[in-house]
Amino acid sequence: MGLVIPSLGGRVSEVSSRPMPSRTMIGYSHVSKSFGHLKAVDDASLDIAEGEFLAVVGGSGSGKTTLLRLANRLIEADGGTITVEGEEVRNVDPVALRRRIGYVFQSGGLFPHLSVADNIGITPKLLGVATAEIDARIDELLALVQLDRTAHRDRLPEALSGGQRQRVGVARALAAKPRIVLMDEPFGALDPLTRDALGDDYRALHRSLGLTTVMITHDMTEAILLADRIAVMRGGRMLAQGTPVELSKSDDAYVLELLRTPRRQVERLNALLPQSGAA
Amino acid sequence: MSLLSDPRWGEALSHLPDYLGNHVRVSLAALALGLTVSLPLAILTRNRPAPRSILLALASIVQTVPGLALLALFYPLLLAATSLTLAWFGVSFSAFGFLPAVLALALYSMLPVLRNGITGLNGIDPALIEAAEGVGMTARQSLVMVELPLALPVMMAGIRTAAVWVIGTATLSTPIGQTSLGNYIFAGLQTQNWVFVLFGCFASAALALAVDQLLGLIESGLRRRSRLRSGLGAAGIAALVAATLVPSMGRSSSGYVVGAKTFAEQYVLSALLRDRLQAAGLPSTARSGLGSSVIFEALKAGDIDLYVDYSGTLWANQLHRTDIKPRAELLAELKTALTNDNVTLLGELGFENAYALVMPKTRAEALDIRTIADLAAHAPKLSIAGDYEFFSRPEWAALQKAYGLSFRAQRQMQPDFMYAAVASGEVDVIAGYTSDGLIAKYDLTALDDPRHAIPPYDAILLLAPKRAGDERLKTALTPLLGKIDIATMREANLRASGNDANSSPDAVAKWLWEKVGKR
Repeated sequence: MGLVIPSLGGRVSEVSSRPMPSRTMIGYSHVSKSFGHLKAVDDASLDIAEGEFLAVVGGSGSGKTTLLRLANRLIEADGGTITVEGEEVRNVDPVALRRRIGYVFQSGGLFPHLSVADNIGITPKLLGVATAEIDARIDELLALVQLDRTAHRDRLPEALSGGQRQRVGVARALAAKPRIVLMDEPFGALDPLTRDALGDDYRALHRSLGLTTVMITHDMTEAILLADRIAVMRGGRMLAQGTPVELSKSDDAYVLELLRTPRRQVERLNALLPQSGAA
Repeated sequence: MSLLSDPRWGEALSHLPDYLGNHVRVSLAALALGLTVSLPLAILTRNRPAPRSILLALASIVQTVPGLALLALFYPLLLAATSLTLAWFGVSFSAFGFLPAVLALALYSMLPVLRNGITGLNGIDPALIEAAEGVGMTARQSLVMVELPLALPVMMAGIRTAAVWVIGTATLSTPIGQTSLGNYIFAGLQTQNWVFVLFGCFASAALALAVDQLLGLIESGLRRRSRLRSGLGAAGIAALVAATLVPSMGRSSSGYVVGAKTFAEQYVLSALLRDRLQAAGLPSTARSGLGSSVIFEALKAGDIDLYVDYSGTLWANQLHRTDIKPRAELLAELKTALTNDNVTLLGELGFENAYALVMPKTRAEALDIRTIADLAAHAPKLSIAGDYEFFSRPEWAALQKAYGLSFRAQRQMQPDFMYAAVASGEVDVIAGYTSDGLIAKYDLTALDDPRHAIPPYDAILLLAPKRAGDERLKTALTPLLGKIDIATMREANLRASGNDANSSPDAVAKWLWEKVGKR
C-alpha cells in the first residue's frame, strides 16, 4: 500500500485499450523557428490525434511554449508544415484560427478590467454570437468549471483566488466550443491541492467534451497523471514522444531521468512519512 | 471688509458671462483639437520608438516656448496664411482672436496627452496583449477592448493635466484678440485694479479645478464601468459649454467693436468710444488688451471697427519712416498713406501721448539736466527703464543717434511700475508717456527734445475699411475730435491709475465725457 502513483497503471491500460486514433488534429512536420541566433524549435515533428490529451514536457528554454504558439499562429514558423484539422495553418486567417482554438494562459491571462462573465464571453462576442446566447453559455461554463454563478459572475479577476482565476481561464478557452484546447503551464502557479483538483476536473472535461488538448508543463508528475501521451523537448528538439510506458523504454538518458524523478519522490515521501499519516 | 464691499466686484461680475464664456469655448476647442491630434499620434507611435521620441522631443520644445510668445507667434503666421489663401483661392479668414488662440493652445496641450498616452499604452503587461491576441482579437479590437481601457487612467491623467494647462494659458490669449478671463488680469494690471486681477485669477483657477474634477469623474466612471459617473462628468462638461453659450446667443454680432491696446489710457478711451456709440444707438463692445502690433492689422482686417492710435507709432511701425516731420505735416502724410490700406483717419482727439525721457524733478535740477542733450553727458553713469517695446522701437534708435545716448544699464518694465521705480530711485531715467498722470503725481519732469528725435504722437481715431462710409458712426464720434487736451487726459489717466471704485476704465470714461462733452 502506501503512496503510489494511483492512476498510472489504469491510465496506460485505458489508452492502450482505446482504438487507434483515426484523425490528426494538430500535425507538426519538420517545424523550425528561430529568434535571432536562438533556435527555439528545431526540426520538430509531432502528431496529436483527435481526443488525445498530450503533454509537452521540457525545461525552460526547451521550446515547448514556442511549439504551442506555432499551432494558433501566435508565432509564425520559419520552416516545416503545421496543420490544424487537416488545414495548413499558414493558409488560415490567424484571427479565425485563434477563435476556434481554446487557449489557456500561464497565469490566467484574464483581462483585469473585465468581469468574470465578460472574460469568459469574449471569444463568442468577437464571433458575433447573440448576447442572450453568450449569457446562457457563460452560466453553463461557470457550472462546468465549478464556479458559483452568484458569487463570481460579476466579479473582477482581482477578487478571485489563483485557482478560481485559472478556472475562469479554462472556461474562457472553452467558450466558443473549440475542438482543440492549448494550455501553457495552466496549473504551474497554483498551490498543490488546487492544482490537483483543477487537473482532475479539467481531465474530466476533456473526456466529456471530446476535446483534443495540448498542455505544456515542466512537471513530469503532472504530465503522467493527466496526459495520454507525452512529448519531451530539449533545446528546441523533439527528444521523445509516447505514452509514459513507451517513454520508460526510451534509451535517452534525459527522458529516463525525467521519468524516474516522480517515482523517486514518492519513494522518499514514503520513507519520510508514517504510513497512516498518508491518508 | 472694504475689499469685499468694493463695487468693482460687481463690475467684474458683469463681465463674467462674456469672459468666462469665451474662455471656456477657446479652452475646450483647443483641448478637443489637441486630443484629436495627440491621441491618434500616441496610438500610432506606441510601438515605434524612433518616431515616438521625435514626436515627444517636438512636443517638449513647444512646451519650452513661453505661452505668451507661442500665442503671439500664431498671429503673424495666420496673417501670412490668410494672405496666401486670399491670393490662391480668393478666400480669407480671420487671423485674429479665436483661431490663433485655439491653434496655439492646442499645440500647448499636446505634450502631456502624448507623453501619458504613450506611457499608458506601453505600460500594459505584454502577457495581456498576448492574451488578447490569443482569444482571437484583431489588432484593432485589442487596442479598443484591452489596451485603451487599461491605459485609460494614465491617459486621463495626461488629459487632465492638459486641460489645466490650457485653461491657465488661455488667459494669455487676450493680447491676440481672444476675449478670455485674461481680460480681467491684463486690464487689472494696466489700471492697477487689483480686484480685477484677483477676480481673473480666481475665476480661471476655479474653471480649471471644475474641468479637472469633471474629467476625473468621467475617468472613474470609465474605469469602474459606471455609466452614472461618466455620464455625470460628461453632462457637467456639456452643461458648462451650454451655460457659456446661452448668454452670448442673444448678443448681436453686428455691433461695433472698439479696440484698445494694453495700457490704461487705451482702456479709458475705448470705454469712452463705446459709450458714445451706444449713446448714439449703435450697439458696441470694447475689445481690450490687444497687442500693439496686432491691433492695426485687426483694424485692417475688420476684426475691430475703430480704435485710438498715435501718429508717431504708425509713422514708424506702419510707414517704416525714420525721418521726423512737424506735427501737421506728419499727420497729413499719414492720413494719405493710411488710405492705401483703406483705413480712415477720422481726426485727432487733441492730445499727444509721446514718449519722453522722464526723471524726478529734484534729481534733474541737482544734475542740471533740462534737455536730453544735457542728459547725454550723465547717461553712462545712469540706468534707464522702458516699456516692453520701447528699446526695440525706432524712436529709441533715433534718440541714441541724435544725442549719442549710452546708459549704464537698461531695463524693461511694466509701464505702470516705471514711474514708481524712477521716483524711488530704483532707476534713474524712464521712457515715460507725456499724457501719463503719474508724471505729476510723482513730481517728475519730462526732458525737452531740442533735436526732435521723437516724432509727434497725436492721439488719432482710426476706422476700419468697412466703416469708411459709415456716416452714423462718424457723426457719433465727431464730438470727441479735438476736445481732449493733454491736461484732461493726464488727469483721466491719473484717476485710472488709482485703486478704488472710481478708477475703473468705465468710471473714468464717464468722468472724461462729463468734462469734454460740454465743450
